[in-house]
Amino acid sequence: MLELDNVEVTLGTVHLRFDHELEPASLNVLLGRSGSGKSTLLNLIAGFVQPDHGDIRWAGKSLLPLSADQRPVNSLFQSHNLFAHLTITDNVGLALHPGLRLTRTDKTEVAEALAQVGLAAHGTRRPPELSGGEQQRAALARCLLRRKPILLMDEPFGALDGATRQDMLTLTREVIDRYRPCTLLVTHEPDDGDALGADRLLVEDGRLQSISGAPT
Amino acid sequence: MAGRVDTLSPSRWWLPGTLALTVVAALTVLPLVAMLMAAGELEPARLLGDPWIGRVIRFSLMQATLSTLISLALAIPVALALAHEPRFPGRTALVNLFSLSLVIPTLVAIYGIVAVYGRNGWFNTTLEAIGIEPLALYGLNGILIAHVFFNMPLAARVLLQTLENVPIDEWRLATQLGMTSLSRFRLIEWPNLRAPLTGLAVLIFTLCFTSFAIVMTLGGGPRATTIEVAIYQALRFDFDLPMAVSLALVQLAFCVLLMFVSTLAPEARVHGFNAPGPARRDTGGSANDWRPRFSQSERLTNCLIITLAAAFVLLPLLAMLAASLNGKLMSVLTDPGTLLAIRNTVLAAGIASLLTLALAVGLLLSVRHLRVRRGHDRIGRRLQLAGNVILVLPPVVLGTGLFLLLRPWADVFSLALLLVIVINALMALPFALRIIEAPMMRAARDHDRLLQSLGIQGWNRWRLIDWPLIRRPLGLAVAMAASLSAGDLSAIALFGSERIRTLPLLLYERMGSYRLEEAAVTAGLLLVLCLSLFAILQRLVGGSRA
Amino acid sequence: MPVPTLPPSRPRGRAIATTLLAFLLPALAPFDEGIAADRTLTVYTYESFVAEWGPGPIIKEAFEAKCGDCTIDFVALDSSAGILNRVQLEGENTRADVVLGLDTNLMAIAEDSGLLATAEVDTTGLQLPIEWTSEIFVPYDYGYFAFVYDTEALSKPPSSFDALLAAPDDVRIIIQDPRTSTPGLGLLLWIKAVYGDAAADVWARLQPRIVTVTKGWSEAYFSLFLNGEAPMVLSYSTSPGYHMAVDETDRWQAAAFEEGHYLQVEVAAALDSSDELSLAREFLAFLTTPPAQSSIPLGNVMYPVVDLGDDLPEAFGRLIEPASVLQLSPEVVRDNRSDWIDEWLDASTR
Repeated sequence: MLELDNVEVTLGTVHLRFDHELEPASLNVLLGRSGSGKSTLLNLIAGFVQPDHGDIRWAGKSLLPLSADQRPVNSLFQSHNLFAHLTITDNVGLALHPGLRLTRTDKTEVAEALAQVGLAAHGTRRPPELSGGEQQRAALARCLLRRKPILLMDEPFGALDGATRQDMLTLTREVIDRYRPCTLLVTHEPDDGDALGADRLLVEDGRLQSISGAPT
Repeated sequence: MAGRVDTLSPSRWWLPGTLALTVVAALTVLPLVAMLMAAGELEPARLLGDPWIGRVIRFSLMQATLSTLISLALAIPVALALAHEPRFPGRTALVNLFSLSLVIPTLVAIYGIVAVYGRNGWFNTTLEAIGIEPLALYGLNGILIAHVFFNMPLAARVLLQTLENVPIDEWRLATQLGMTSLSRFRLIEWPNLRAPLTGLAVLIFTLCFTSFAIVMTLGGGPRATTIEVAIYQALRFDFDLPMAVSLALVQLAFCVLLMFVSTLAPEARVHGFNAPGPARRDTGGSANDWRPRFSQSERLTNCLIITLAAAFVLLPLLAMLAASLNGKLMSVLTDPGTLLAIRNTVLAAGIASLLTLALAVGLLLSVRHLRVRRGHDRIGRRLQLAGNVILVLPPVVLGTGLFLLLRPWADVFSLALLLVIVINALMALPFALRIIEAPMMRAARDHDRLLQSLGIQGWNRWRLIDWPLIRRPLGLAVAMAASLSAGDLSAIALFGSERIRTLPLLLYERMGSYRLEEAAVTAGLLLVLCLSLFAILQRLVGGSRA
Repeated sequence: MPVPTLPPSRPRGRAIATTLLAFLLPALAPFDEGIAADRTLTVYTYESFVAEWGPGPIIKEAFEAKCGDCTIDFVALDSSAGILNRVQLEGENTRADVVLGLDTNLMAIAEDSGLLATAEVDTTGLQLPIEWTSEIFVPYDYGYFAFVYDTEALSKPPSSFDALLAAPDDVRIIIQDPRTSTPGLGLLLWIKAVYGDAAADVWARLQPRIVTVTKGWSEAYFSLFLNGEAPMVLSYSTSPGYHMAVDETDRWQAAAFEEGHYLQVEVAAALDSSDELSLAREFLAFLTTPPAQSSIPLGNVMYPVVDLGDDLPEAFGRLIEPASVLQLSPEVVRDNRSDWIDEWLDASTR
C-alpha cells in the first residue's frame, strides 16, 4: 500500500495537500490541468521534493528518510530518461549498478530486458540514433531491470505521435502485467486511462481524488 | 520541519567548493588584508576630494563601458555570420583562434596593433595611398581597438556556441513557418544570444576596467589614465601605501558591485557551451531540411563579416610573426637560454593550468549542487563569481600584499616559483569558469532527477556522466589557462628572481637591452608557443572530436 | 563527494601522462640553483642587469673569483623603484646586503629610509661629469637623457628644445610616463632644469608633437619606435653606442641639444642591517674597478665611471657630448617631484 498521509507542500504560491492510498498492484492514471501539481506528486513520492508536513509510506514504512535512489521507485520522465552519450546497453545497465560494474549475469539480464522491449538489435546504438518511441522503450527496459514496486511515469509518451503512442501504451501494459508495480501515470490524455484499464485520479485545487470507481 | 533528513545531498558536497574558495581567498583576500594592515590609516576624504581621482574613475568607467559595448555589439554579427556559414573555409581554425586572442601577451598584441593600425602601420599606409585621412590610433581609438581585439573574438565564440546549441527543432519550425531572417533573429537567435551576454559583459568590463599597459601605451597620454595606473603610481613612485590601498579598494568596489548587480537578474537558461566542433552534424533524418535558407546577398554579407573579423584578429598576429623572421631567428632558436626558458614556461604553464582546472571544477561541483539540487541559484552564482576576484586586484597590489603576508613565515623569494604558478592559475580561473560553467550546469540540470533516481553520484557520476559530457570544454579551459600562463609577465615580475627564466621574462630582458631583433624573434616564438600549447592541450585533455 | 581527478581514459592517455610526469620530475630539480657557500652576498637589482648578456654575470664571476669563498645572490626586481619599494617594505629585516640600480632621483628618498650604511669607498678618483659627494651611494655608471632618432626618417634632427618646439609637424616624439618610468621622469626633470618655471608652458606646447606616452622604455623603443611610429624617441645618449658596436649600424643616433642634457647616474649602496657589511663594502669598492666596469659599456649601455682606456668600445667615442651637464640635486627632486608631476599632468591634460 502506498500511503500519502496528509502530505503538504507549498511551492511558490501553490499549496498542495495529498491524502490518499493506493493499492500495491494498482494502475492509476493521474489527470489534471497544467500546473495543478501532478508532477509534484510524483516528485514527492520519488524523493526529489521533500514535503513540509505529513508522511509518505510504503508497506507501512516511511519513505521520507530515504534518498531518491534508496526508494522503491522507478521513474520515467518525459525526456532525459537516457544519457545521450552512453549506449542503450549501458543506459539500461545503470539499473543494476550506478557505476556500470556489471557481472556476466548482469549483462545477460540487460540483454534479456532489451529483448523484452524489442530493442535487442539496438544495444550498441546511442539514444540520439533512435526514434522517440525506441528511446522510451529503452527507458522501460531499465525499469524492468530495476524492478521496483512503484512505477512513476510523468507524461512519458507526450512527445510521440498517435500510432507510436498506442504501441507504447501496449508495451507499458505488458511491462506492468509482467511485474505488477503500483503505477502512477501522469498524462494529458484521458483516454490513456481506458487504454490501460486504469483507475483515474484527478489533481485539482491541490487535492487528489478518484474520478472513477470508489470515492477517496 | 525539525529533524528532517537531508536526503538530497551526497555527503560532503560542499568540500571541493570550499577548498577552491579557500585557495582563492587566501591569495586574494588575505594579501589585501595584509596591505590594509600595513597601510594603517586610510584617508577616504583625501581620496574623494581629489578632482584628479574623480577624472580617473570617470575615464576608467567610460573606456571600459565603451569597450564592452563595442566588443559585444561586434561579436553578435560575427557569431551570427559564423553560425550561418558552417562550411566557410578555415572556419574551425578561425574559431579556435578566437579563443586565443585573450591569451596573447599584451606586449605582443600592442606591437602587432601598432604595426597594423599605427601611424606608420599597414592600414594607414594603405589609406594614405588611396587618399583617405589616416586613422588616429593613440587615444580612445587605440584603447578601443586593442580591447576589442582582445575581447570580441572570445565573446563571438561563446555566442557562436550558444547559437549552435539551439535545438534543431526550433530551426525546423522556423523554416516550416517560413520565417524571414529578421523574425528568426528576433524570435530564436536573439533570445538565445541574450543568455550569456551578462556574464560576458561582466568579464569584459572587468578586464577593460583594470587594463594597464594598453591604456597607457595606446591611450596617447595621461588623459587616458585608469585607476590601475594611479595605483601603480601611488605604490611604486610615491611609496604611498594608504593611497594605493584606497584606490585598490575603490576599484574592487566597482567591480564587485557590477558582479553583484549582474546576479540580480535571473539567469536565462543557457543551452550550453562546448568546445567547438565543425558545424553540428545531423544525426539522422534528411540532410538540410532544417537549415535556414539565405539569400545571395545575405550570404555575401556573412562572408564579408567573417573575413573582416578574421583580418582584424589575424593581421596584428601576422605582423608580429613577420617581425620575428629576421636575421637573428636561428641564433635565438638555438640559444640554450631560449630553450631553457621555453621549458620553464611550458612546465609552469602546464602545472598552473591543471591547478586552474582543479579549482574551477572543484568550485563548480559544489556550486552546481547548490544551484540545481538545493535550488539556491543566486547564492550559487555569487559564489561562482568569487572566482573572478583576481581580475580586480592589480598585480602590483597582489604582489606587495602577498609579500607582506608571507614575509614573517617564509623567505618569499624561495617560494617565488610556487607563488607564480598559483597566481597564474588564479588568473586563468575566471576564464575557465566561464567556459566550463554552462556545460556542467547543463549536464546537471538535464539529468538531475535521473541521477538521483539511479543513485549515480560521486566518482561514478564524474566518470560516467560528467567527464564524457564536459570533457571538451574542460580541454578548452585547460588549453586557455596554459596559454594564458605562458604569455603572462605580471606574475613573474612580482617576485623577481634570476632563477626562473620564462619566455616572457626573456622577452622583456631582451627588449630592455636593445636586443630588438632578438626580442622580436622571442615575441614571435612566444606567440607560437601559446598557440601550440593551446592546440596540444585542447587535443590531449578534450579528446578528438566527441 | 570526492574531489575528482582527471582520469586518463584510455591506455594511450595513461602513457602520455606518465611521459609528462617523467619529464616533469627531473626538470623541477634545476629550478633551484642556489648552492650554499661560506658567505653569501644578496644584491637587489633590476632585471636587465642580471640578464645573461648584462653586466651581472660578469661582475659576479669576477667578484667571486676575487673573494674566493663568497657567492653573490642576485635578486631581480622589476624596476629601480621596485628595488626601493621592496627594501622599504622589508625594513630592517631585509635580506639584501646591497641595493644596486637606484638612480640619482631616488637617492634622497632612499637615504631618508635610514636603512643604508656608509659605503666607505673612495670615490674621489672616479670619472664623473659632476663631483660626487655622497658617502652612502657609490656610482657605477652614468648617461645622459637624449632623443634618439632614425636617420632614415629624419636627416636633420632638432638641435635644441626650442628647435624641437619650432620644428615641422612631422617631427614627432615618443616619450614615457614620468610616473612609471625612469627616462620619463628624466625628461620631466630635464625640461625643468632647462626652463624652470616655464616648464609647464613648454609641456603644453609639446603636446601636439607627442605621439604617445608609454608605460616604460621597452614599449616606447620596441613596440613603437621600431615600428616607425615616430622619428624620435626619448632614450639615453648612449643608446646608439649599442647599435653601432653590436648591430654595426649607424642608423640610429642621438640628437644633441644645445641647452644641454640631463645627467643620470646609477648607484649602489649597502644596507645597514646586513650581516655581511664588510663584504658588501668590498663589493661596492669592486664595482668601481676596471674588472667590473669593463662590463658596463656594452652590458648596461652606459658610460663607465672609470677610465677604461682602450677597453672602452670604439663606438662610444662617437657618441654625442652634451654642451652642458644638467642635474637637479636629489634633495630638490625629492621635495618637488610630486608637484612637478602634477604640473605635468595639468599641462598634458589641458
